[in-house]
Amino acid sequence: MCTCFLVYLATSPLEHAVTANTTTDLQQPPLAVEMRGIVKRFPGVLANDHVNFELRAGEIHALLGENGAGKSTLMNILAGLYKQDAGTIKVKGKTLEFSSPRDAIKAGIGMVHQHFMLVPSQTVTENILLGLDEPRFLMRLQEYDKKIADLGDKYGLKVDPRTKIWQLSVGEQQRVELLKMLYRGADVLVMDEPTAVLAPQEIEGLFETLHSMVAQGKSVIFISHKLNEVASIADRVSVLRRGKVTASGVPAKGVSRQELASMMVGREVALAVDKKPKTPGEIILDVKDVHAENDKGLPCLRGLSLHVRAGEIVGIAGVAGNGQVELSQVIAGLRPCKKGQALLNGKKVSNRDTRYGIEHGMSYVPEDRTHVGSSPNLSVTDNVIMKNYRKPPISKGSMLDMSAATKFAQELKEAYDIIVPTVNTPVRLLSGGNLQRVILAREISGHPNFMVAVQPTRGLDVGAIEGVHRLLLTQREADAAVLLISEELEELIALSDRIYVIYEGRMMGEIKVEGAEPDKTLMDAIGLMMTGTPLEQIHMEGAPTHG
Amino acid sequence: MAEWTASKKRGALRVQLEPRLDVPPAWFPVAVSLGAVFVALILGGIVIAFSGGNPFATYAYIARASFGDIGVLSDTIVKATPIILTALACSIAFRMKLWNIGAEGQFIMGAWGASAVVLAPLLPPETTRWLFIPAMALAGFGMGGVWGLIPGYLKAKFNVNEIISSLMLNYIAVSWVNYWVFGVWSEGGFQMSPKFPTNASLPRLSDYAETIPFFRGLTTHAGLIFGILAAIALWFIVYRSRWGYEIRLIGDNPRAAKYAGINIVRNTILVMALSGALAGLGGVSEVAGVVRRLQTAPLNAGYGFTGIIVAWLAKLHPLAIILVSILFGALILAGREIQPSGIPKMIQGIILVCLIASDFLLRYRLRFTRGEVE
Ligand SMILES: Nc1ncnc2c1ncn2[C@@H]1O[C@H](COP(=O)(O)OP(=O)(O)OP(=O)(O)O)[C@@H](O)[C@H]1O
Ligand SMILES: [Mg+2]
Repeated sequence: MCTCFLVYLATSPLEHAVTANTTTDLQQPPLAVEMRGIVKRFPGVLANDHVNFELRAGEIHALLGENGAGKSTLMNILAGLYKQDAGTIKVKGKTLEFSSPRDAIKAGIGMVHQHFMLVPSQTVTENILLGLDEPRFLMRLQEYDKKIADLGDKYGLKVDPRTKIWQLSVGEQQRVELLKMLYRGADVLVMDEPTAVLAPQEIEGLFETLHSMVAQGKSVIFISHKLNEVASIADRVSVLRRGKVTASGVPAKGVSRQELASMMVGREVALAVDKKPKTPGEIILDVKDVHAENDKGLPCLRGLSLHVRAGEIVGIAGVAGNGQVELSQVIAGLRPCKKGQALLNGKKVSNRDTRYGIEHGMSYVPEDRTHVGSSPNLSVTDNVIMKNYRKPPISKGSMLDMSAATKFAQELKEAYDIIVPTVNTPVRLLSGGNLQRVILAREISGHPNFMVAVQPTRGLDVGAIEGVHRLLLTQREADAAVLLISEELEELIALSDRIYVIYEGRMMGEIKVEGAEPDKTLMDAIGLMMTGTPLEQIHMEGAPTHG
Repeated sequence: MAEWTASKKRGALRVQLEPRLDVPPAWFPVAVSLGAVFVALILGGIVIAFSGGNPFATYAYIARASFGDIGVLSDTIVKATPIILTALACSIAFRMKLWNIGAEGQFIMGAWGASAVVLAPLLPPETTRWLFIPAMALAGFGMGGVWGLIPGYLKAKFNVNEIISSLMLNYIAVSWVNYWVFGVWSEGGFQMSPKFPTNASLPRLSDYAETIPFFRGLTTHAGLIFGILAAIALWFIVYRSRWGYEIRLIGDNPRAAKYAGINIVRNTILVMALSGALAGLGGVSEVAGVVRRLQTAPLNAGYGFTGIIVAWLAKLHPLAIILVSILFGALILAGREIQPSGIPKMIQGIILVCLIASDFLLRYRLRFTRGEVE
């Protein structure tokens, strides 16, 4: 196995086909990975049901599927993290058995998970060397710094090897994870929803890296829920639905988004939303000249004012890290407000006990669903009662009525299609999309009169996104005020009645959205504002504005 | 992940470990723990055999010495009683990831509080038992609570590490009690207080031997009732009350708890106080049920530290704590009977190691495969 691997590294894919793989048709590039009949069963779910999957050398292969379809499971099997119940894995024509990620990486397969596994207090180089046999002593780290910097240059992965992980942005940390895999000699790279956590510019950077990697003979498996990305980056696409393959290696150029969507969900999906005209009511949320600092103690909100009325959805557009998340935290009472205030129904909520907001009809879908929005080792039931355990019927005096809680969880499980064996399952075992549903179910079930939703559709599949959009619109119909913070411009334009654009914690302007169609001038204007041009300085023809 | 290969040949039996992805059924941890104790006894037996002893005879002796007849069983329970309460104390703090290692000091302060009622005296010696005992329990509960509240408050308000502050308070507690025992309440210069009047002692089974002859010589005292009631109450608090839900949520993910509007500062103080109070109740039970006078040495016997171990072994489960405490009570008791006296300590150690190692089985699954090896 080892020799074969070395030969492979030393030759380009085409030569390799000639030297090592004489049986295959010379026209076809060789298969980098071939998974046959993979079965993986979890208690109560068949996550992979006889899945066949082929990856050609030198291609970018997108893996699509609904939440809980089994994509991460399949890739975790390939990366040696889980063991399949049945089926075989061939890497470059050789059948292999992986019993640990170490085996997989030895075979050249490296996976970048959605949750990074880096040590925050150590430098990039130290993290990359972690777990390797060399160097035996931590001397001459500079040499390794250099090696890693060179490797980074080769693939366009810019990151300073000497910085500590905690100082890096999410995008940079992802590059470190990629470098880690490349340093270990991976030539098949599996990326589980890599773009979900990235800002738009970072996504472009990642795509360039992926292109340069395949140009140098590597192959990439790319999991994503964003169909437009898939069309722009992937060579071929495979689709999973409920553990089964519904499309296997179709060329990405030939299929439309609509077709992909229906392959994933098994029915027609409305990609456009149906937003009815509505006259907004009185002001529910009023943010006045709010100033706040971020975790590092630097100013991140610098005098932000905005309002949301009953029965309207107001979007906040901005490049990630321009104060959106901090704004939501100030409103929820989770971050100190240095100056100014946020009012809910005329009553102050900033710098006030979080519980006040919860008890006065505020619901909050936080950006970080694993660290803030849920408690991983507690059950689905314990997680859905987080906001209403103080009220009957869940609360009975100072006790909890566990049967009422279980019943409530059961109802939400049915109503929101949460796929989980039982409501006693700890939520750390849920797929990303299902966890998001648990949080949304909890936040919406309280019939809020005001809702802040930060990236509510991140990591959700098209079908689920459609569902969330419908839910948000239902909130609007029910006269709730909704503040929607999202990095997806199309989503913002489709759902919002008005959009505020913020940049470095300052208001760049407010735009009224009339039609649901993303219109070019509007998009361009928002794009300019997102990069720091105030609305007054933009000359827009025809686009409806509002001062 | 580790892998053992029995033999490098083709078709060899391989044992693989893979992370356990599902939640094992409820009986599984219990079965694994029992298995671990069994393995520990075998290992201990081997050691005994090597040192020239007869393991079967030794075990039979230990069993007889701690469970053999109703008399020693009663003694075992007496030993287990303070441990139940200190372990409960540790379990509630640990549940919120508050590392209270000051149960020892809280225990002693509890004993002091109960003694103060008798010796100060806050109540005249002829007070009835029905008033004396509750007053003493309350005083001990309160003193232990204060001793837990101090590190809790420092942690909550000033982020002072509770491990250090609760540990330091142990030493203060011992010195404090010594001061009273050697000075103010000393009985004729001896390092102990006068004996408590009978009304101020917890009744023992043997006290009723006149009406029920079977109870003759049995030292089990009413402190056991404190322990059992406390365990049941704690079970309800943790798994069935709103407060317990908050504790579990904070323990698992404090950021989510904050997001749910839970007051972490307040809960830190309250949980540390409750933890101290439970340990203090242990002190009450020991001083009023066994020692029956204030005296440092028998109270300062490490019950607080044993409680830490027992709480972990019982996986912080209040009802499991009762069983594990009885096991530890038996080993302590046997320790006095067996020569060399190191044997029960060694067995205790081996059981501990095996139980901790068995935790591994709860997180990993073993897979036996017969497959080709490279
Ligand atoms: N460790 C586990 N234990 C139990 N069930 C699991 C485990 N991991 C995944 N599952 C279940 O297997 C199914 C497939 O999960 P998987 O994580 O592969 O989905 P996915 O396609 O990656 O979804 P998403 O897009 O939401 O991330 C889900 O129903 C999930 O709940
Ligand atoms: Mg996934």
